[in-house]
Amino acid sequence: MSEMVTLTIDGKEVKAPIGSTVLEAARLAGIKIPTLCYLKDINEIGACRMCVVDVGARSLQASCVYPVSEGLKVITNSPEVREARRVTLELILSNHDKKCLSCVRSENCELQKLAKDLNVDDTHFEGASNHYEIDDLSPSIVRDPNKCILCRRCVSICKNVQTVSVIETNERGFNTIVSSPFNMALKDTPCVNCGQCIVACPVGALREKDNTDKVWEALANPELHVVVQTAPAVRVAIGEEFGFPIGTRCTGKMVAALKRLGFDKVFDTDTAADLTIMEEGTELIERIKNGGKLPLITSCSPGWIKFCEHNYPDLLEHLSSCKSPQNMFGAVLKSYYAEKMGIDPAKMFVVSVMPCTAKKFEVERPELASTGYPDVDVSITTREAARMIKEAGIDFVNLPDEQFDDPMGDASGAGVIFGATGGVMEAALRTVVDILTGKDNENIEYKAVRGVEGVKVAEVEVPGLTLRAAVAHGLGNARKLMDQVRAGEADYHFIEIMACPGGCVTGGGQPIQPSSVTNLIDLKAERAKAIYAEDESLTFRKSHKNEKMMRLYEEYFEKPGSHKAHELLHTHYVLRENYPEECCK
Amino acid sequence: MSCSCGSTCVDPKAQELQKVIEKYKNTKGAVIPVLHEAQEIYGYLPLQVQKTIAEGLDVSLAEIYGIVTFYTQFSIYPKGKYNIQLCLGTACYVKGAGQIYDRLKQELGLDKDGTTKDGLFSLESCRCIGACGLAPVMMINGEVYGRLVPDDIPGILQKYRDAE
Ligand code: SF4
Ligand code: SF4
Ligand code: SF4
Ligand code: FES
Repeated sequence: MSEMVTLTIDGKEVKAPIGSTVLEAARLAGIKIPTLCYLKDINEIGACRMCVVDVGARSLQASCVYPVSEGLKVITNSPEVREARRVTLELILSNHDKKCLSCVRSENCELQKLAKDLNVDDTHFEGASNHYEIDDLSPSIVRDPNKCILCRRCVSICKNVQTVSVIETNERGFNTIVSSPFNMALKDTPCVNCGQCIVACPVGALREKDNTDKVWEALANPELHVVVQTAPAVRVAIGEEFGFPIGTRCTGKMVAALKRLGFDKVFDTDTAADLTIMEEGTELIERIKNGGKLPLITSCSPGWIKFCEHNYPDLLEHLSSCKSPQNMFGAVLKSYYAEKMGIDPAKMFVVSVMPCTAKKFEVERPELASTGYPDVDVSITTREAARMIKEAGIDFVNLPDEQFDDPMGDASGAGVIFGATGGVMEAALRTVVDILTGKDNENIEYKAVRGVEGVKVAEVEVPGLTLRAAVAHGLGNARKLMDQVRAGEADYHFIEIMACPGGCVTGGGQPIQPSSVTNLIDLKAERAKAIYAEDESLTFRKSHKNEKMMRLYEEYFEKPGSHKAHELLHTHYVLRENYPEECCK
Repeated sequence: MSCSCGSTCVDPKAQELQKVIEKYKNTKGAVIPVLHEAQEIYGYLPLQVQKTIAEGLDVSLAEIYGIVTFYTQFSIYPKGKYNIQLCLGTACYVKGAGQIYDRLKQELGLDKDGTTKDGLFSLESCRCIGACGLAPVMMINGEVYGRLVPDDIPGILQKYRDAE
C-alpha cells in the first residue's frame, strides 16, 4: 500500500495515495469532475481543461494532471469553476462541425453529452471555423478534422500504445490540426488500420469506412446467394449497442437478427478458427520436427500482419502462412460449400461481421482470392452490423435465440476463445499437445496465456520437448517481443500476436464505450469473461473434436497442410515501404 | 538519402545530413538541432529529408513533421527567389492584414503559405516583425512595405516580375 495523504474536496475529507491526481481522489470521494481529453494510462496530458478545479492557486488547475498533496483544499463546483468549463466547451463548439443529426456518434458522443450536462448556451457558438477535407481514402478509417476537438487521444494511442505513430498534432494556434505528416491520406502512411484511434475518439472525427450500403445492395439482389459469417468477439459485444450490459453474450439474438436482415445463411467464423488451428498446429509441428523457422508467429490479426510487413520485413518468414479465419472461411464457402450446394461462386456474396477495421483492408488484398473470386466480398464491423439491424427496425432486445446454419454451423470452444488475447495460443495448445502426446488430455485450460498482461509466456511439457509459447497484444507489446526475436533472444516455439490491446474483444470495430466507462473498468477483461463463459458452455472445446470440420477434411482437404489446403487456406506476405516516394528524378 | 531510381548519384547534401545525424544520434533532444542543421543544408525540410532524420534518430516521421510545422523557423517549402513575409500579428490583423493575405494568395495562386510554381515568390505569414507603426506591413527580401491596402499588391508584385 502506498503512502496516503489527506486532502479536502468540496469540504469533504479524502484520503488518497501519494502520486494520484485530484481527479482520482475526487472519484474516490464519489465526486464527479467532467473530463474530455483524459484517457486513463493512455492520454494524461491536461490538454482540454474541461476538468479544471480550484486548488487555491492563482489560476484554475486541470485536475486530471494535478497531484494530490497533504492538506490540499479543492473546490470542484463553484460559479467560477463552472463558468470556466462552460467557456472552454463553448470555444470548442465554436469551431466544431455540429451536425449531430447525421453524425455516426450522436447519442454516444462525449462532446454532445458534456454540452448537455454543462448546460451550454449556443448563442456564443459563432466564430471563425476551419474547413478541412475529409480523408476517406483508406479502406478502413475515415478522418473528419472538422469534428476533431484536438484532444489527442488518437495520437497517444497510435503513438504510445500501438507504436505506429502516423498521426500527430500539426501546425499551431488556430491552424492546429491532428493529421498525418504532409497531410497525406492515411492510406499512404504505415497506418495498420487497427481502428484503435476510432474507439479512443470521444467524437465523430474518426469512424470506420461504412460499407453497409454494399451489403444492402447485395441483399436486395435476387441473383445473389448472400451469406454472412460472424467472428467470436462480435457476439459478446454487439448487445452493448442495444443497451445490454457489458459482457452480455447475445449469440442467439445476433444470429436471429442477421437472418431477419435477409442473409441466406448465417455462419460462424469460429468454424474457420478451428480450421486455422488444424493448419497452424500442423505447421508448428512440422517446423519443430524439420528444423523450420521458429518461433512460428500467428497470422490471424491483419493489423499485426501489416505492422510486421512495414516494420519487420526481415522476419516475415516467421509468420504462419495461414490466412486469417475470416479469409479461410470465405475461401471454403466459395469452394467446398459452393460445390456441395451447387451454387456458382460467381453468384455468391460473402459478408463478414468483424470486431475489426483492419479486416476491411485485408479483404482487399489481391492475393486473398484463391477461388478466382475475393474470399470475402465485404467486411463490416460490429458497429455497422448493429446499425443495419437498427435501420431495418428489428427489435433486437426481444428476439428469440436462433442457431447458426448448417453445414458449417458447429465450432468448438477453441474457436470461440480466438476472440481474446491468448485465445489462439490456448486453442492451438489444446490441439498440438493432444497430437504430440497422442492422448486426449483433460487439462485444457492454459490460464497462463489468459489475462490482460501485455506479454505472457507459458511452458508446456510434451514428450521430448518443453514447448515454449509467448503471447503479446497491442502493437507496442508486439514490438518488444519482435525486437527480441530479431536479436535472437526469443527462445520460443510459438508466438501469438494480436494488434489490438486485449485482442479482438476490444478491436477497433467494436461498440464504443465512453471514457466515463473505460476509465473505471477494464473493458478487455469484462468482455473476455463472456468469451470464456461461451467456451465453457460448449460440448467440444478442442478444434480437432469439431466433427463437422473434421468431415471437411475427409470430404475435401484430405488432411491439414495438404496441397488443396495450401491452395485455399494459406497465403503469403509482402514487403511494404514506409512512406514510399516517387523517384528523386 | 536513399532513392529508388537505381542510379548511383552521390548527393553531397545527403552526405552532410548523414554526418549531422551521426553527430547527434545518441544525444537526448536531438531532433530540433538536427532539423536546424538540415534546414541550413537544404534551405528547407522536404519529405525526403524529414524521412531520413526520422529513420536516423528512430523517431516517427509524424513526430518530426509535428515539430517542423509547430515552429515557424522551419519551412517545408523551398523559399522563392523573392520571399514575402506578411505580418498577421494582432496590430496588423486589426488593420486588415487578413485581406492583404487573401489578396496575396489570390495574386500568387496559392491557397496558403507556400511557394509559387515558377519558384519566383514564396509567401510566409508570420507574427510581429517589429514595424507595428506601419501596420499592416510586409517584407519582401528585407524590403518593408507598410500601410498596405489590398489594391497595392498587384503593383508591388509586378515590380519584381518586371525585374526578371
Ligand atoms: S461529434 Fe458529437 S457533437 Fe459533434 S456532430 Fe457528432 S454527435 Fe454532434
Ligand atoms: S488505425 Fe491504428 S495505426 Fe492507423 S491511425 Fe488509427 S491507431 Fe494508428
Ligand atoms: S480525432 Fe478524435 S481522438 Fe483524435 S484528437 Fe480529434 S477528437 Fe481527439
Ligand atoms: S485537461 Fe483534464 S480532461 Fe482534459
